[in-house]
Order: sequence, then structure tokens, then C-alpha cells
Amino acid sequence: MNLAYRDIRHNLGRFLLTCLGLGLLLGVVLAMIGIYRGLVVDALTIARAPAVDLWVVEANTRGPFAEASRIPGDTREAIARIADVTAAGSLTYQTVETEHQGGKLRLYVIGHELTRPGGPPEIIEGREIARSHYEMVADRSSGLTLGKRIRLGRNTFTVVGLTRHQVNSGSDPAVYITLADAQKLQFDLAPAAARVQRARGASGANLDTVNAVVARLHPNASRDATATTIRRWKHLAALTQDEQEVILSRSLVDRARRQIGLFTSLLLIVSAVIIALIIYTMTMEKLKPIATLKLIGAPDRTIVGMIVQQALALGLIGFAIGAALIVGVKEHFPRRVVLEPDNVAALGVVVIAVCLLASALGVRAALKIDPATALGG
Amino acid sequence: MRVEGVSKHFGEGETRVDALRDVSLDVFPGEVVALLGPSGSGKTTLLNVIGCILDPSAGTMELDGERVLHDGQWQRGDLRRLRLDKIGFIFQAHNLLPFLDAIDNVTVIQQLAGTDAGTARKRASQLLDDLEVGHRKHAMPAKLSGGEAQRVAIARALANSPRIILADEPTAALDSKRAGIVMDLLRKLAIARDAAVITVTHDEKIFDRFDRIFELRDGRL
Repeated sequence: MNLAYRDIRHNLGRFLLTCLGLGLLLGVVLAMIGIYRGLVVDALTIARAPAVDLWVVEANTRGPFAEASRIPGDTREAIARIADVTAAGSLTYQTVETEHQGGKLRLYVIGHELTRPGGPPEIIEGREIARSHYEMVADRSSGLTLGKRIRLGRNTFTVVGLTRHQVNSGSDPAVYITLADAQKLQFDLAPAAARVQRARGASGANLDTVNAVVARLHPNASRDATATTIRRWKHLAALTQDEQEVILSRSLVDRARRQIGLFTSLLLIVSAVIIALIIYTMTMEKLKPIATLKLIGAPDRTIVGMIVQQALALGLIGFAIGAALIVGVKEHFPRRVVLEPDNVAALGVVVIAVCLLASALGVRAALKIDPATALGG
Repeated sequence: MRVEGVSKHFGEGETRVDALRDVSLDVFPGEVVALLGPSGSGKTTLLNVIGCILDPSAGTMELDGERVLHDGQWQRGDLRRLRLDKIGFIFQAHNLLPFLDAIDNVTVIQQLAGTDAGTARKRASQLLDDLEVGHRKHAMPAKLSGGEAQRVAIARALANSPRIILADEPTAALDSKRAGIVMDLLRKLAIARDAAVITVTHDEKIFDRFDRIFELRDGRL
């Protein structure tokens, strides 16, 4: 006869409510873990999208994401001529805020050369950009749909394709336009400002500037060796893909990552304390029946088994509720929530460990009960 | 059951309290005896020592022909097993496990002793029928009347065919009619099962139901 199950069945409503409460708490922990992972994944997404080996940026900078970087537009041709480079492309990155459906819409605009590295990694709806000007591919999280026309700077662009999961480290959805349009958007001055510049005698700014050049190498080529070769040009810096990812995950989002990590740890500690208190309280409510069991001769393992099984049932049911809840609602979070099976499994193991530790408190209390208390007097 | 020279004291020096002083008594199979005495006289302490749940300071005890206590030292390490097999307990407040129905309360103690579930359940059902609460075997303790709950508690106490039944104020919560019925039932069962019954009570209305009455005063019998 399973005493743990019988006791749970006797107080089923209260037990399930307790599981629900614990499930909500564990759901919040899972959500924080998912947000934490999502932050890192978001930060790396844009850098991984071009699927390149090298990033060439302005000398003494760690651009184009962590620091501003401006290099001449013809750098791409010089990079493309280096041995072992199989393809190179120029890129610009900038954040733009525009109007959409009566509200503000922040977009991360990526300018790229058609047919060269740096374009959208996949098209899930519509087509790639086919014209030189005023077409865009947008991430679907922007809310933009095919055929939608949207104003960027002084020009209106038409959405011709949709991609997915392309956001920057701030979770702003990416839109891809041609390099020429992006350079105009980023560097072209408004007419009034241009007139002021001409009146001051300043020459017009050189539009042929990009933020980075990306390069793919021959599969057998050394990334480090090629990067070293590029660094010999004093006006350029070269980062391998791995270095770029380290900058993004360790530097750009480091504080946010640590803050969320710390908050997640605190939530885990709070959850552990709450689980321990629930199990301890559940045990304390059963002191009289436990004393009776001890008096009539039940061995300690029967009593310990009852408490531990209830603790595990509470933890596992609560965890299942929390996991189901977060899996069900994670798509509705404003930021991406990434829940990998290994993260979920790890939290499951932590919950089981916490339940076992927490039940130790209850077990200790139960084993200390004097069976004579069942007799009274 | 034979108790010889059992003493129990709590504390030492100026704070020493002698709860039992050189207590000796024999109780025989089929016999129903009462332990009387004012509060603090040592009744519950003696019951706890006989029930193997309190270590005495001195004395010897035999149970069913086995010496379980010698010179104040338990002779067995598994006192819980001894209680499970040879001692039945009946409580003033019946102390049924609240999360088990009547039949499972009687079944569980048999399963703890190693009886298989089917046999234990069959025997539990028979016991409840014998005690005329078979019709309430699926009722939870909270739904049982005082008399019904006490009968289920008696069935539980008898489930492992103990050699001695210790009853702590078993009729305190019952009216005189039901108290008489319970005591007659205990006597009948004690004779039928060749078990001894030791009852701690203050209940004057059942004094005539006992074979012998022992009175404790200041720890002396």
C-alpha cells in the first residue's frame, strides 16, 4: 500500500493547488532561463547569419556590433583578392525607427550586396531582393507582411520577402535592403543639412563607406593566418568568426546576461526554500499519523518513503506544469525565449535534487517524533 | 506478560522524578486488567514501558515467553518489529490514519508485518464484520462516529493477532452504553484470541468489566 499516494489522494485538491503554485514559480524560473539563452542567441544571430569566417572592420575597433566601424567601400575588392578568400561582401548595420500601423517600429537595417555574403539566410515567404532599390526582406517578428510599403529615411521600401529569427542583440527585428540603399539611408544628409554643409565649404560626404566586410575562406585555409595578413593593412582590423561571437556574447550583452543569470539563480534559491517549506509543512501536518505509524511498528523506511515520494511527486508535477506553461506561452514573449532540452532537463534535475534535500528537513522532523506522542500523556 | 521490578526516573539530582518505583505485575492470556491512578501516578509511563516505546531505568519484562527486557536493557534491537507482531494499541482518540479508509487502516498494519495485500484485506474485512462495522469499511475516519471509529481501531489492534493489547482510555469518548459494549467486545476478543488486555482508564462506569484492577500511586503499584 502506497501511503504517499493515499495521503495525496485524501488531500488531492490542496495538493494539486500546491503543485500549481509551485509550477507557476518553476515556470518563471524556466522563462528566465529561456530569456537568458534567448539573449545570447539573439546576440549571435546577426553575426552568424552571413555564415562567414572573417570580419574586416575599422582599425582599432571591435566593430561593427560592439563599436562603430567605418571603412571604405572598395575594401571588399581588396579582401576578395587575398588568397584563400572565396567570397566577400560589404555590409552596413544601423537601427532605424519608423512609423507602422500608427505606432513606432524599431528596425535593424542591414545593407548588403546582392549575390554576395551578408544577405538573409533564408526566405520563408516571398522572394529575395531582385531590384537595386527600394525593396526589402523583413524578419516576420517586425509584423511587416509581403507587399507592405514602409518609409525608411526619405524613401519608401516594399517588403518582397520574409525571413525569421533575425534580430539584433536588443531584439529589434532585422530588415535587409541593398547596400546602396543602406549607404544612402545611413550617410546621405537631408537636403537642408546638405545645403548647410555646402555653405560651410565642406565637401559632400563620401557615400561609399561600409561598416564591415565579411569574407568566406577556402575550407582548408587558416582563419587566423588570413586575419593576420589583413591586419598588416594598418587601417583595417580583422576578427575571426569565433572572436566576433566572443565579443557579442561576452561583451555586448555581458551585463544583461549576468543580470538575468543572477536573477535566475536567486529565483532558483527562492524556489528551493519554498519547496523545502512546503514539504516541511506537509510533514508537520502529519505528525500525529506518523507517530501512530511508528507506535504500531512501521519501520523508518516506510515513513521516509512516504515523505520523499510526496516531495518528488510535488516537484515533478510542479515542474511539468511549469514546463508546459512556458512551452505554451513562450512564443508570446516580446523577446525570444530559447528553451533547449538540455536546459529543461538540467532544471528538472535541480528540482529533483532540491526536493530530495528539502524532504530531508521533513524526514528529520518525522524521525524525531516520539511514538509515545500518539498515546498522549 | 510479566513485569518485575520496573523503575523509571526522569532527570537526576534535585530534578529527579521517579515515575515508576519497582513495579511488578503479571497479566495472563484472556485476562482484561485495568490500570488506575490519579494524573501523574505513572500509568502512561508504565503503558509506554510495556509497549516498548520508553526505556525503563531498571527491571525485567517477559512477553509471550520471551525475555525482552533484562536489568533495564532491551534484549532486542527491533522493538518496532516486536510491537508490530505482539502488541496491539488502542488509543483514546482512536488515532486512525486520516488518509486511509476503515478497511485500509486495518490492512496497512498487516502489510507492514509482511502479510500480502490480498490476505491482509480479506482478514481486515472479516475483522470489521466481526466488530459489526463491516458496512462502514470504505468510510474515511472523519466520517465515522466515535463508536465506529473505536471499533475500527480495535480491529486494527487485533489485526496481527497480538499477544497483548494496550488500551489508553479506550472508552473516554464514549457514552456508558457504548463504553460497556466496547469493553465486552475487548473481553470477548481477548478470550477468543488468547490475548491479554491492559487498559488505562479513569472511567468508573466500566470498572466492573475488569478481571483485576491495579492502582498506581506515586509510581508504586
